[in-house]
Amino acid sequence: MITVLPIIIPLTMVVLLLLAGKKTRWLKTIGISGAFLLLLANLAIFHQVRQQGILVTQAGGWEAPHGITLVIDLLSAVMLVVTSFTALVVAIYSLRGLEPQHHRYRFFLFFHTLMMGVGGSFIAGDLFNMYVWFEVMVISSFVLITLGSKKEQLEGGIKYVSMNLVGSFLFLAAIGLVYGKTGTLNLADISQTVRSSDQPFLMDSSFILFFMAFGIKAAVFPFFFWLPSSYHTPPVAITALFTGLLTKVGIYAMIRFFTLYISEINPFWQNLLLIVAALTMVIGVLTAASQFDIRRILSFHIISQIGYMIMGLGFFSAFALASALFFMIHNILAKTAAFLAGGLINEKTGSYQLKSIGGLFNENPWLGLVFFLPAMALAGLPPLSGFFGKLFLIKSGFEGGHFLVTGIAVWVGIVTLFSMLKIWNEAFWKKPPEGVVAGDAGAMEKPGTLQKPGVSISPNKLKPSMYYPVAILAFSTVVFGVFGGWFMDVLQDASEILKEPEIYIRAVLK
Amino acid sequence: MEITLSIVIGVLYTAGVYLLLRRSLVKLILGIIFLSNATNLLIFLSAGLTKGEPAFAQKAGEETARQVADPLPQALVLTAIVIGFGIVAFTLALKYKYHQKTGTYDLDQVKQTDQS
Repeated sequence: MITVLPIIIPLTMVVLLLLAGKKTRWLKTIGISGAFLLLLANLAIFHQVRQQGILVTQAGGWEAPHGITLVIDLLSAVMLVVTSFTALVVAIYSLRGLEPQHHRYRFFLFFHTLMMGVGGSFIAGDLFNMYVWFEVMVISSFVLITLGSKKEQLEGGIKYVSMNLVGSFLFLAAIGLVYGKTGTLNLADISQTVRSSDQPFLMDSSFILFFMAFGIKAAVFPFFFWLPSSYHTPPVAITALFTGLLTKVGIYAMIRFFTLYISEINPFWQNLLLIVAALTMVIGVLTAASQFDIRRILSFHIISQIGYMIMGLGFFSAFALASALFFMIHNILAKTAAFLAGGLINEKTGSYQLKSIGGLFNENPWLGLVFFLPAMALAGLPPLSGFFGKLFLIKSGFEGGHFLVTGIAVWVGIVTLFSMLKIWNEAFWKKPPEGVVAGDAGAMEKPGTLQKPGVSISPNKLKPSMYYPVAILAFSTVVFGVFGGWFMDVLQDASEILKEPEIYIRAVLK
Repeated sequence: MEITLSIVIGVLYTAGVYLLLRRSLVKLILGIIFLSNATNLLIFLSAGLTKGEPAFAQKAGEETARQVADPLPQALVLTAIVIGFGIVAFTLALKYKYHQKTGTYDLDQVKQTDQS
């Protein structure tokens, strides 16, 4: 019954948090210990999946194609561990990184419903069940993004909510169409039906709806506009949480679908994925290079890097898939760390605007280090994790003969380095702008911009307890790079299973 | 009957998309409701319609299985309707809060977060 833990633990925490009343101390204690328990449980699940292969639970004893099935294969287990680790670190950061009022508004309650949705999406073996967990996740994120009801949060919230709802309706419509065509909702059963059918193209109309739905969640090229216009509005701990979890669930769903249903190389889907990937990478990175707000630079970067993952999926080979997974995990760690480091910069200077800050490296070398590591990991410098992720992806691209899109990926990597260096130069190296006393930068901003002036914690004094979580994540990108071989072995095992849907089908349907 | 419902679904989708593209926040929410209901009907229709028969039960004393309506899409629609309610409640609350803060429903004003 270990399979249900990713849902049960957050649910228990939600109940406890509701009982805890309004005492922030209790809320924080329960929230953190819940996140810690979840990580432990997911590590146990990972261990068991390594030992025994795919874990399957039939809820309520209803046999596979009829009941609700929970399936954890190696990919799900890896994603569970990585997301709960990231969430735990963000939770620790939020103890001081969020204002007391956010905790009173039950940040941790929605944090745990979000984790329940994320965990449920990873282990659902059933289309409709997956939709329900997606909704749990998305609705909690609606509340989190507007938590505190600042004007810009509400504005970002409107864009975020409407775009994500359209995605949800497309997902639901696709489920209806698939049920009408195959008469089943079980992922494995649909896969079997599609494979044994002599007219698999009949499914394409539903799959394109799925592609759009997951594309909206994952922020791929034509659907990404909600992300950069909403991700910079909430407090940075919430943004970091979204970065690590939400878009990656979209990518996970896409990987799950494409490997289960389109296993042989199909020129239509391959071209679609590669074109979308190339456009996502290029547009994301170019728009990032033109921004001057740290959070907006990083937001546009999320999009660009989603492109790399889609590209790895589009190559349709086991090694490329493993590289895409490697890159995704690297990105979860490094991106979250970069956002949190950006939050530290804001705590210190009171601003996210590159034009009004500077000289931070002299003042605070440690802050420089915790930003430098994830930023260079994102840019892809050895021996950090991003280097190996990009290396594997580019290698598999050249092996598969996709020279154009791989060349674009190399070029995008260079522009990524440029925009990371832009933050580095502006915030850390250049002299502080004239007339700005350190710690007073927020006052220089034009009235009417959306920056919040200063936060409750007085600028200039960074408490060490805010550093630790960021340092843990920054350090984990180094570990993930240096010990990349071991991680890559695990991910290659995971992609071998993904490449052979028969294993998944047999495990579920017995 | 299927044809009629299909046309209704199509009209609902069209109207929903049209309303989403309007400038008013209230119409945006109406559009979301339309899309939600169109999708619910689509699921309801997905298994085909069996008229005048109960979902599960056979009549008393009957031995052979008759054609019964597929109960699964009906269960799915119930779930989807409940989720839709929650979503609409949230968007209405969001609309209320936004109007309280800014005093406008005009979506053309909602571009502050896109300016760097």
